[in-house]
Amino acid sequence: MAVTLTRGQARVDAARDGSRPPLAALRRALVRNLRAHAFLIGALLCFVLFTWYPMIREIVMSFQRVHYGETSWVGLANYRQITADPEFWSAWRNTLEFTGIALFFGFAAPFAAAIVINECRHAQGYLRVLVYLPVMLPPVAGILLFKYFMDPGYGLFNQVLHAVHLPTSSWLASKSSAMPSLVFVSTWGNMGSATLVYLAALQGIPGELYEAAELDGANLLQRIWHVTVPQTRLILSLMLMLQVVATMQMFTESFVLTGGGPEGSTTTVVYLLYNYAFNYDKFNTAAALGVIMLLVLGCFSAIYLWLERRGREA
Amino acid sequence: MATTVPNSATRTLISPVRLNQPRGRLIYRIVLTLILIVTTVVFVGPLYWMATGGFKSSQELVRTPPTLFPEHPATHAFTEAWSRLGMGQLLLNTVVYAGGALLLQLLFGVAAAYSLSKLRPVLGNVILGMMLASMMIPAAALVIPQYLTVLDLPLIHVNLQDTPWVIWLPTVANAFNIFLLKRFFDSIPNELLDAAAIDGAGPVRVLWSVVLPLSRPILGVVSIFGVVAVWKDFLWPLITVPSHETLNVGVNTAATSMPENSLIAGLFLASIPTIALFLVFQRNIMAGLTAGGLKG
Repeated sequence: MAVTLTRGQARVDAARDGSRPPLAALRRALVRNLRAHAFLIGALLCFVLFTWYPMIREIVMSFQRVHYGETSWVGLANYRQITADPEFWSAWRNTLEFTGIALFFGFAAPFAAAIVINECRHAQGYLRVLVYLPVMLPPVAGILLFKYFMDPGYGLFNQVLHAVHLPTSSWLASKSSAMPSLVFVSTWGNMGSATLVYLAALQGIPGELYEAAELDGANLLQRIWHVTVPQTRLILSLMLMLQVVATMQMFTESFVLTGGGPEGSTTTVVYLLYNYAFNYDKFNTAAALGVIMLLVLGCFSAIYLWLERRGREA
Repeated sequence: MATTVPNSATRTLISPVRLNQPRGRLIYRIVLTLILIVTTVVFVGPLYWMATGGFKSSQELVRTPPTLFPEHPATHAFTEAWSRLGMGQLLLNTVVYAGGALLLQLLFGVAAAYSLSKLRPVLGNVILGMMLASMMIPAAALVIPQYLTVLDLPLIHVNLQDTPWVIWLPTVANAFNIFLLKRFFDSIPNELLDAAAIDGAGPVRVLWSVVLPLSRPILGVVSIFGVVAVWKDFLWPLITVPSHETLNVGVNTAATSMPENSLIAGLFLASIPTIALFLVFQRNIMAGLTAGGLKG
């Protein structure tokens, strides 16, 4: 009985086994475990093949090079090559810029939208469907549509800005406005899912808290800051981390809209990795970049988990 | 199921008392109207432009000032987009990828989650821990070794490139879905399973006749996540199925060589399937997403 690990079955078997010798019980436990692992095997194999093995392989191949089909160990040469490339540093700068702007707008926008929708006594369902609609588009369709809107000449955005006498922008065509434009497109396309998560969280806030805050004389903004934010702190911090990890991997928007330009100002880390592998045919150097990415984002996740735990204990 | 119809009894940021005063009611009306207009313009406006853009000529599309309605509506941009994109083939490919991924994910994901939750094999928790740890790995960082792996699978040396398997199999390694399923299965009381076991049902029978019928909501959520993920993926299909492209990748490939109005028409055609699906199953999808989000 001590060996059995399956709860339900174990109880049934214990009743059935009665006074049988321990050997039979052992065999039963073995069969049960084999059976349980048989259920696991499909998913397990896929994890081994597409997650765990590639991870080890990436680390191994980042220290190797392939020359005419011959694989040899080269120590840190790939890392030296990638860090010596000025594009490496600009790619990290660009990625951080994207993540920074995306956090400023992309993080605030869905939370604000959720608060506003939650206050509406009418048409809530309609608003939620609208906000989520872009999430259902194939991303490239939304992205290419905005490319048309953002044309500096005939694009709809500039025409509207011009019509209301606001300064027009060169959008994707200039180094300074290209990245903010990508954030804009990306936020439009993705904010729906975060908004729904926040809405669900907002609906869990007990109304008495607002009541009490209002009695204490807290105005609207104070109520948001002192009740809404702390009450949704857990989900906010989780979404913050997920969003940082997601935006650090930005690729599609750059690839489709700007091709990394103008002058490499929107080449992200993943884009550089793609270029090294599929345009320069340097898979091992790309792997070194992949390992660096794993380390950076791994550190970030670790710091997040540490802060999260400390916050929960405090 | 946490359907979230606004409950007028629950108090939110703004007090109902304030809203019921004449002044409050007036402000609320104005603000609500503004919100409705802005949201509609921001989120439906682009889609409207996309839908009507295909009916315009290329000259009309780049004209200043822009026209709100097509001047001489013509459908030939749509037919041109359909044939130049090979839309039928792209759609078929994407449906095959998404459908197969969904089936495999449900089959292996459910089996694994059931095993981890109810059959509890030796090392089960270690395996679950390792799966969950993989959620921390940024997927794009692993693209290179994954790509090399599918070009030449270890031990059996098969090249999966340009076969549906290259899309299907990696989707099974989805820790989040397995985690959602396991969490749900954990909430099913063991007494139910014990009762079935006493009646002589084996694990497969218990899974099929007891666990699965109880798990419809979570199966729905996992299915939506699975299909949408394949439908929206870009980098992975871009490198692994170059000659049998997905809708998402194919539209981008063809985009550079198309006249403006056919391109816009093509974008609209490419968006129809998921938008239609969403509008039809909107209620279920919303409820499922909120439930999944709450639990996740």
